[in-house]
Amino acid sequence: MDEQVRVLDELEKEEYESVPVPFQKLGFWVFLGGEIIILGGIVASAILFRLSYPGWFKSSEHTNVVIASINTMVLLTGSLTAVLAHKFATIREWGKVQLFLGLTALCGFTFIGIKFIEYSREIHHGFVPSAGIFWMFYYGITGLHGLHVLAGSLIILGVMLFLRKKKLVEAVENAGLYWHFVDIVWLYIFPLFYLT
Amino acid sequence: MSEAVASAGAIHHEESFLRKYLFSKDHKTIGKQYLITGIAMAILGGTLAILFRINLAHPGFLTNEQYYAFVTYHGAIMFFWVAMPILLGGFGNILIPLMIGARDVAFPTLNMFSYWVFFVSSVILIISFFVPGGAFSGGWTVYPPLSADPERYLGANLGTVLFLLALALEFASMLMGGVNFITTALTMRAKGLTLMRLPIFVWMEVVASLLFLFSVTPLIAGAVMLLLDIILGTHFFRVEAGKVGDPVLWQHLFWFFGHPEVYVILFPALGILFEVITTYSRRPVFSYKLVVYAAIVAGILSFLVWAHHQFVAGINPLSATAFSVTTILISIPFSMTLVVMGLTFAGGSIRFTPAMLFAIFAFLMFIIGGLSGLPLGAVGSDIYFHDTYFVVTHFHYTVFTIAVLSTIAGICHWFPKMFGRKINETFGKIHAWLTFIFYNGFAFPGFFLGLAGHPRRYYSALEFGYLQKYQWVHELMTVSAVLLLTTQVVFLFVFFYSIFAGAEEKSPNPWKSTTLEWLAPSPPPHLNWGSFAPVVERGPYEYARNGKDIDYLPQGKLVKLKQPASSGHEH
Repeated sequence: MDEQVRVLDELEKEEYESVPVPFQKLGFWVFLGGEIIILGGIVASAILFRLSYPGWFKSSEHTNVVIASINTMVLLTGSLTAVLAHKFATIREWGKVQLFLGLTALCGFTFIGIKFIEYSREIHHGFVPSAGIFWMFYYGITGLHGLHVLAGSLIILGVMLFLRKKKLVEAVENAGLYWHFVDIVWLYIFPLFYLT
Repeated sequence: MSEAVASAGAIHHEESFLRKYLFSKDHKTIGKQYLITGIAMAILGGTLAILFRINLAHPGFLTNEQYYAFVTYHGAIMFFWVAMPILLGGFGNILIPLMIGARDVAFPTLNMFSYWVFFVSSVILIISFFVPGGAFSGGWTVYPPLSADPERYLGANLGTVLFLLALALEFASMLMGGVNFITTALTMRAKGLTLMRLPIFVWMEVVASLLFLFSVTPLIAGAVMLLLDIILGTHFFRVEAGKVGDPVLWQHLFWFFGHPEVYVILFPALGILFEVITTYSRRPVFSYKLVVYAAIVAGILSFLVWAHHQFVAGINPLSATAFSVTTILISIPFSMTLVVMGLTFAGGSIRFTPAMLFAIFAFLMFIIGGLSGLPLGAVGSDIYFHDTYFVVTHFHYTVFTIAVLSTIAGICHWFPKMFGRKINETFGKIHAWLTFIFYNGFAFPGFFLGLAGHPRRYYSALEFGYLQKYQWVHELMTVSAVLLLTTQVVFLFVFFYSIFAGAEEKSPNPWKSTTLEWLAPSPPPHLNWGSFAPVVERGPYEYARNGKDIDYLPQGKLVKLKQPASSGHEH
């Protein structure tokens, strides 16, 4: 009988076996693990081709390093604001959290806008996706990455609106994680296509 | 979580039909949706198989295009729309939360979404069969150049794009399910249920979900590249004059996924077999830790064996040897698992229920499947066996075991828990024996066809002199296959009849099994445990331990909660 009471007391605190990580965060990391390998697969394919294809370097001269550098700065700025949003979320200044989340999403949309200008310049010069081995990987990978930036910006916007009702630090943290993931992938793509 | 509170409130009022059966967030309903959809697709995949089998016995029954489309869809359907949804979506959803004592999965809305994405993918797959230009007929492995330039080679552009779209949605759906399973099994275990007390089935589902997550994702990248090839005219995989694509790259990406994928469906099946065999042998698993560690090791090794599918694709002979070594290595953990399974039978007091008969047959046939894999893993012999009926028969012995025998064993075992009713046992035993006989009548001759050098995927053997004398074997195989499918269709009638009109099962634990799901009422209500909560006290297989008179000890007990329960995590 005594044991029964003791078990009940424990259950009142938490029904499940305790684990060191909240379930939303674990689920999110599992999802991120999958995402990393999606982009890893295509980047690995690009590297394999690059090793055996001598025309790669010649083609990469036609990319615009200046525009890409600006875009890198835009993404990194977005990462900074995402970190600030999380920092203010931990001290519960929700107004500032919303402000910085908004700035992060703005960075995302700016990135996509600049990317469109870049694409249209390249297509104008005749470098369409089927123009060569470099260009098909260029469009394939930066396009896939662009979709992730779009998704990241929409997630950040979603969290920003969601915060009005529910003020959750975890949501800000997970959205920020996704943003950092998109940012880090870009840091691999940037040298692969622009700095060779 | 608002969602959790809402669903907790839902116990108190009747839900509408749509909420309860169609757009339910309840893990058991979603599991049953997966199960029923998977069974429907199995009927479709089986019918396709019978049709092209008839063509092999009597060439001319189908046209060339139909034959290749049917072969393609049969393979894809059986892997992605039957084995995965039933073993992961169906059994995983129904059993994981019950076995770990949770009230639902970690993300119920994502779970519902996962099923409906799967449903849409099934619909798109069926539509892709009937579009102008015809269905995709380049084989379930979707090899370029047939798949990268379908207009030119198959005349089926739209069919190919829709086929790839259906595959992509199916993968997305299973990924959502996998995130749910991993998170649920790791964070929502009942009090006292440590990792090394988890039922083997739960371990197997988690390992399978992880394998799927890390293997399918590069293929998603590959599918993007393939779609760009078809739609935008890039040449990642195309090799027309002056272009430098590489069709073998697709083979690498595909089999990097494809081989772990085999284990994605094998592991849950092994999990089912262990649950069934321990229950009806009244024996604990011979070595629980060995099975768990073997699964983890095999899971890791499965990422290092993919190129054994490509020994004749022109890969570097040195790397072929390396992959041969890893392939032989991976047979070690699986041999250990099977030995443990065999030793679990040993000395038990076996009850020959239908579930147990199916499990025994699955065990025997998986041994045949595994052993016939060894000559395919060694480079020298594989060069002869590659693309013959030997390969086809080898993988049918493994995947039929997985997707049919183990699945039916699981259905018979958990049927009372899922539906609160019984399936007729005499019928079940006849069904098991007939399935065993007809399946071997259908499949076993294939080994001899392969040894004789009969290539797979040939529309007709009659056009080749050295194959003409084997035509009677094809006829024998076709007759057995028709009987095999007929047996399963009769089983499905009994299955559906029993869901609605079977004898009621009063006891929550008819098989005197130990794991937590048998503590819940049959069928378990929404949120599973009502105002109780399970508390785990011991490992999952405490049957007839030496020196004890007790037949079995349940893994835990239910304790009453002071406050009404809510689902999921609370903050």
